[in-house]
Amino acid sequence: MNAPLLAVNDIGVRFGGFVALQGVTTEFRPGRVTSIIGPNGAGKSTFFNVLSGVLTPSSGSIRFKGDDLKGTKQHEFVHRGIARSYQITNIFPDLSVHENVRVAAQASRSRYNIWTNRNRFTELDAKADAALESVGLVAKRDETAKFLAHGQQRALEIAIALISNPEVLLLDEPTAGMGPEETKEMVALLEKLAAERTILLVEHKMKMILGLSDRILVLHHGRLIADGTPHDIQTDPEVRRVYLGQNDGYA
Amino acid sequence: MTSPALAVSSPVSAPKPAGFKSLMTKYRVPLSILALCLLPWLLPSKALAVNVLINGVVAVGYNLLFGYTGLLSFGHAAFVGTGAYITGIAIGQFGVPWYLAVLMGVLGGGLLAFVMGALSTRTRGIYFSMVTLALAQLVYYVALQTPSWTGGENGLRGFTVNKINLFGFDINFLDPVNKYYVLMVFAALALWLVSRILNSPFGAAIEAIRENERRARTCGYNVERTKLLSFTLSGTICALGGTMSALHLAFVPLDSLHYLSSGMIVMMTLLGGASSFFGPFIGALVFLVMEDVFSLWTSHWQIIVGTIFVLFVLFLPKGIWGTFLTKVMR
Repeated sequence: MNAPLLAVNDIGVRFGGFVALQGVTTEFRPGRVTSIIGPNGAGKSTFFNVLSGVLTPSSGSIRFKGDDLKGTKQHEFVHRGIARSYQITNIFPDLSVHENVRVAAQASRSRYNIWTNRNRFTELDAKADAALESVGLVAKRDETAKFLAHGQQRALEIAIALISNPEVLLLDEPTAGMGPEETKEMVALLEKLAAERTILLVEHKMKMILGLSDRILVLHHGRLIADGTPHDIQTDPEVRRVYLGQNDGYA
Repeated sequence: MTSPALAVSSPVSAPKPAGFKSLMTKYRVPLSILALCLLPWLLPSKALAVNVLINGVVAVGYNLLFGYTGLLSFGHAAFVGTGAYITGIAIGQFGVPWYLAVLMGVLGGGLLAFVMGALSTRTRGIYFSMVTLALAQLVYYVALQTPSWTGGENGLRGFTVNKINLFGFDINFLDPVNKYYVLMVFAALALWLVSRILNSPFGAAIEAIRENERRARTCGYNVERTKLLSFTLSGTICALGGTMSALHLAFVPLDSLHYLSSGMIVMMTLLGGASSFFGPFIGALVFLVMEDVFSLWTSHWQIIVGTIFVLFVLFLPKGIWGTFLTKVMR
């Protein structure tokens, strides 16, 4: 249980002359909730994109369960056990809520079968309904996804990410654009999820992060400047200076 | 690591709306074939009916890529034309039996689609459309420059199929009604195949890519490979349309490879409705009937058809059949 599930070593990402990430080395152990914070432009989303295969790092390596992920294509990450949600809601807008999750489940069952009727795969329907149940969307199952409320769309995206039963779940600002009520529901959902899998979270809502996280990483100008428990981070003078100092309202 | 929340399988079976529309969807293949059976008796000429049949197959095949995968190709005439040329050359120059020539045309067009797809599906959006257009023009110029095979500018002639033998029966293929019903068997096969593809897990995957490519990739779909398969299947069905037209006309015009022919396929598809299975077929029907009617009035019939097309794109983006299904059949 103590071997790291996901380990990054000296990760660097450059966009032309701009250094988005530099020398990031850390590891994630199973069953924990780790939040990644930092001011805008600190490299949080870039870091997530590296961890989910969207971006290939310019330098450094990622190991998942001991395997180097070099050369692994983005669509293979989910089959390995790393799933993610996006900062801007990313669902299949014109499909039904149920089909959104069902087609996500299908990706690990059948991708190129042009012959069998898709309704034959009844286990996928059951799986999709169970996932909708776990995020509280069963009642909306037959609605078109784009007509859901914003918070429900965010929950749907989490159901899509969860359907592959990933070992690592990357959530990029799951409460972005949510009101207080919706945020509260999302936090309850995340608490439920946190009990059963490894979660990496990018968030801006400090109160929520402090309550949910076992561990917090702080990025600033693409470098990892602090790593510790919520308590450590709150009292870290460097963090207070670069991050909390600029965002008193959140702290 | 199993999640208790996910392990609880409690399928909630919500009642599915059993309206007219869902019945239409469920029985779309038999209903379409029924419509095809009646078609020659509803249109002013049998030749027009055969034309609708051929272009309908092409449009339905094209729509697999355009309407269902979300890729706008401007090069599908290449597959229609290649299917037609291969069939014509096989019969005219090598004396291949007509059914084998059809098979060769379909496979040849499909192979070309695979190659063009492999090159074009690496790009996105307008670049994809432009690459398909450019590659299709390449095929056009190859046909133009090899007159010993293709007849060049004059088109390919000299492979008339007079008679075909089916299960011991000689059928006079010059009789328009016979010709229609023989070709209809191919059209019915194509419609059944497309419907089957759309119902399959692969059909769900291409819809997911159309809806949100990034999400589909994140879900674990190999987007490039899925697009390539869709492109190849779509091109193969268009090639079948091409071989049908070669049998029908006993002639392959060079224009069948031209980008204007590709544009016509797009117009028919949009006119009928890219969001539905049978829409493109309706589009081909309406387009060709309009051509038939308006070209009697004026040689500038394209002005009228073009205006109607623009009006449709602006005000009824779901096309004739798509609008009918959503508004009327709700």
